[in-house]
This record gives sequence, structure tokens and C-alpha cells, in this order.
Amino acid sequence: MDGVDLNVDAGAIYGFLGPNGAGKSTTVRMLCTLLRPTAGQAAVGGYDVVDDPGEVRIRIGVALQEAALDERQTGREILDLQARLYGLSAPDRAASIARAVDLADIGDAMEDRVKTYSGGMKRRLDLAASLIHGPEVLFLDEPTTGLDPVSRAQVWDEVRRLNGELGVTVFLTTQYLEEADALADRVAIIDGGRIVEEGSPTELKRAVGADVIVVDLPSEAIAPAAAVAETVPEVDAVTQGRRGITIATADGAATVGTVAVALSSAGLHPQSLTVRTPSLDDVFLLATGYRMSAVDSTGGGGGAAATGSDPQHAGRVPASPRSGPP
Amino acid sequence: MSVQSGAPAVAGGGMVRPVGILTDIATVARRSVRSLLREPEAMAPALIIPTFFFLVNIGALESFVERSPGIDYRAFQIPVAIIFAVTGISRASVLVIDIQTGYLDRMLVTPVRRTTLLLGMMVADIVLAISLSLVVIAMGFVAGVRFETGLLGILVFLGLAVAWSLSFTGFPYTVALRTGNPAAVNSSFLIFFPFAFLTPAYLPRELMTGWMQTVAAWNPVTYLLEGMRSLLSGGWDVVAIGKGAAAIGGLGLVTFVMAFRSLARRVATG
Repeated sequence: MDGVDLNVDAGAIYGFLGPNGAGKSTTVRMLCTLLRPTAGQAAVGGYDVVDDPGEVRIRIGVALQEAALDERQTGREILDLQARLYGLSAPDRAASIARAVDLADIGDAMEDRVKTYSGGMKRRLDLAASLIHGPEVLFLDEPTTGLDPVSRAQVWDEVRRLNGELGVTVFLTTQYLEEADALADRVAIIDGGRIVEEGSPTELKRAVGADVIVVDLPSEAIAPAAAVAETVPEVDAVTQGRRGITIATADGAATVGTVAVALSSAGLHPQSLTVRTPSLDDVFLLATGYRMSAVDSTGGGGGAAATGSDPQHAGRVPASPRSGPP
Repeated sequence: MSVQSGAPAVAGGGMVRPVGILTDIATVARRSVRSLLREPEAMAPALIIPTFFFLVNIGALESFVERSPGIDYRAFQIPVAIIFAVTGISRASVLVIDIQTGYLDRMLVTPVRRTTLLLGMMVADIVLAISLSLVVIAMGFVAGVRFETGLLGILVFLGLAVAWSLSFTGFPYTVALRTGNPAAVNSSFLIFFPFAFLTPAYLPRELMTGWMQTVAAWNPVTYLLEGMRSLLSGGWDVVAIGKGAAAIGGLGLVTFVMAFRSLARRVATG
């Protein structure tokens, strides 16, 4: 971790977006008092994580990756243990557990051992456990990694509700652009342990340009095509990928024709030309030179080149769950 | 970097209160004892091994050893059976799973005192050590063994066995915390062998060969066995009991320093 400087406002949903190995979990572990920063400062709720870890701990709820639960206990026992670890008195404990049972919404399974639960049920229990003491800040480390789309949508709804109705500040890490875009008020894009862009998703995408033109090309034509595209006055920026170039421009519909003509007169023939609005992946591409969606989801590809990049599918959610910690 | 806090997530937030260390220990112990009770099968080896050795040792050696005057070999073997039962038991296998699954982290982000995460598990170790010792003592009674020091002697005997068991748990906990590796924790039981066998487990020290006598003199288990045996067949021998207690204390000091330093290393911040 180096040069991560950020400020999260109270009541916000803050998205921390980056590929595997970018340093997301390390940042969260420092903010949650699990890892001591070797240099620099970090404060949560006004308390320094190194000097006042106890004050930080009572103010935060944490749901780390992979729903860390003891499989040999029942859901209710986990909630009870969690309430006791926070020192809740017996009446407070009963009330908190009742609320958490409602929140987890897993029905009679609450009385079963956790080892019988599905992935989605574990996440819901994990989230409920992390909220048992009424934290002011909730840390969610990749809350939907490995979940099916239905469970993912449920977690999103829950995060929005916690933030909207109860005003909990949410610090969320994700490797899914779509997730950061859908949930976060502000997004920091992290790569190789550094924040490379920071702002609201709208601001960040606007900075790329109003539109993006994606040009699919044979590999030998990519570099010449980029040179040609840069000569078109309406073009703001050109980025080369493995399967083509991505052009940022203020008006895609007006510019796409000019680009097509310029390429054609240079003897270059694109396989396809597509105009679309920018995604956070375009922001990522512009900042880092490679596409986040192209990084192998099972590898820690922090600095990987844009292998397998597909400009047409920028911004998609990787289909396969990540495995292993970064 | 900083993260500002918003409103508490549930009405009535801010209920969190400081609690005493005993409450923290009780919280962790509650879970550990519960998981212990859910896996009674895990107790099986800890009972089969001492029973097996008790029967085999008596079958093989009783008539031979009892040629020496003044030795009741069944009483002589009961402390050995207890040592075999309680040495090396611990919740370290659970701790290492907690480390691997991240459940330890889940507990570490709460305000619970770091040391109680180990102390609470040790409560379950004590419960298990008492249970195993009572079973072995009952086995001794069935075999006709009696305590010359009476009921109080039985309680001191039990106390020594449990204290020994606890002092030994520092080894597996240290391995669990240092490595986070279940295989390493499983291998840590190997340390049991020199402790258990380089001792007067089979014969009194004066009947052992020279080098073995020397090694046994440096083994804390030697003094533990002799202290425990004195309660069975020697009457109250305060010196023997005191040496046994000192041996436990010495080993416990070493293993607990190792274990709690390993815990401190694993939990990065206070």
C-alpha cells in the first residue's frame, strides 16, 4: 500500500474498486484494526486505528470476504456470541438478536448449524452479525463475490436500505464495476496499491468523455489506427487494447463517421465500430492502460496487460468468482 | 485516510459497554465448551490410548515389577494413564480453523480482549482434562487402586493432572498461532513422546539404566509422576507434591509465554 489518501464522508456509500491484488483488502484490514499500517495515518469515526483501536472497534461492523463463520454453530448461536463479544447486556442482547434474525431473514435455518447453509444464507447471516451492535460504519469486503445474481441483488438492496434508512456509512470494496456504479456515491479506483482515480461514478465517467467509440481491429492494425484516430479533431483520447482501440469523444454519433472515413482512407478496415456511453472500466483503462474486466479473475493480476481484452464487453461483471485472497 | 461515522445502524445503537475480563473469558469459553460437547467422538482417542496402555503395561509387567517389594503396579500406572489421557489435548485444532476461515478476524474486529480468545479456549481444555481424568481415576478404582491420602488426595491428584494438561496446551496453541496450519498443529502432538516416555513411566527411577535416569531427571513429567504416585501409595509427601507442582509451573511458564507472545504477534494492534 502506498499513496492511498482518501476521505469518506459520514452517511456515504464509498466504493473501493480494483482488480485482485490491488490492495483493497489490505486497506480494509488496516481500517478495521486487523493490520497495523507501517506508515501513515488512518482514522475511523474520528479515532485513530493504531492509537484507539478499541474506540474504532465499537463503532464499526465488518463483513470480510468469504463470510467468516463457525460452521459448527447455529445461526442463532453466532449472533448470540457476536452480541456478547460486544458486551451487550442481556436485554439489549435479546433485542439485537431479534433484529438480526429479522435482518438475516433465513427462517427456521437460524436454528441449524451453519454448515448446512447456502452461500447466500451465509452472507446474510454474516451481514446481520456484523450489524448486531449498531455500528456507525460498515465495512464490506467484496460482499457479493461468488454470489449468484439473485443473492447479489438482495445484498445490494440491503446495503442501500442500511445506508438510506439508517444512515450507516458504508465502505465497500469490489472488483465489480457494475457494483461500484450501482451502489457507491463515490468511488476510488485502486491499482497496484495506489488510488488512480477518485470521484463520483458520474464525474469519473464524464471525465472520460461523453461517449466512447470502440473499434475492433486486427492486431497489426491497432497501432496505426490509434495514430490515425488521434488526428481526428473531435477525438479527446485514444487507448490501445489487444483487440482494438477505445476512443473518448464528446459526441460519439457525430464523430464515429469521421473516424470511420479517416481509418478507411488510411487503408485500415475495422471489424466493427460501436458507440456507447462510458463505463467505469473506461475510467480504469484511461487511468491504468489496461481493462479491469480483462484481468483474469482467478489471478492476482495487478499489473497484467490487457490480455483477452474485449472492448465490446467492457464493464461486464466477471462470470467466475474470484478465489483466494489477494 | 479517514472514514467519518454516520448514525448507528439500529435504533438504540451505542449500547456497547465495557465489560470485565471474566465476562470476555466466559463469552469465548461458552463457544469453546459448546463445540467440545458437540464432538464427543474427539474424546475417544484420549480415552482409548490410556486405557490400552494401562491394560498392556499391567498385563506385561505387573508380576515382574511387583517382585520388587513395596510396589503396587496398578497404582503405579494410574498417573501414567492420566498423563497419556490429558497431555496434548487443546482447542488448537479449532483455533487453526478459525484462523483459516477468518472467524478469528471476525472476533478480532470486536472489542473483546485479545488474551481472552486464548484463555476462553483454555476453559474448555480444563473441562475436557477434568472429564478425562475422572474417567481414568474411575478406571483405577475398578482395577482396585485406592488413594492412601483419601478424598483430599484425589482432589490434589486431579488438580495436578489438570494443571499439567493446561501447561502443555501452550505448545499446540503456539504452533497454531505461528503457522495457521492444521497439519503443523496435528504434528505438534509428537512432542508428547519424549515428555511421556523419557520418564519413570514403566519402572521406578532407581531401576532404570544410567543414561535414561539422567534424562528422566531433567524431564518435568518425572516429578509429576512421582508427586502423583505419592498421593496413591506414599501418604502425604509434601516434597514430592511440591516438586510435581513446580515442574508444572516451570513448563507452564515457558509454554504460556510462547503462546501469548504468538497471539500478540498474530493480532497486529492492541
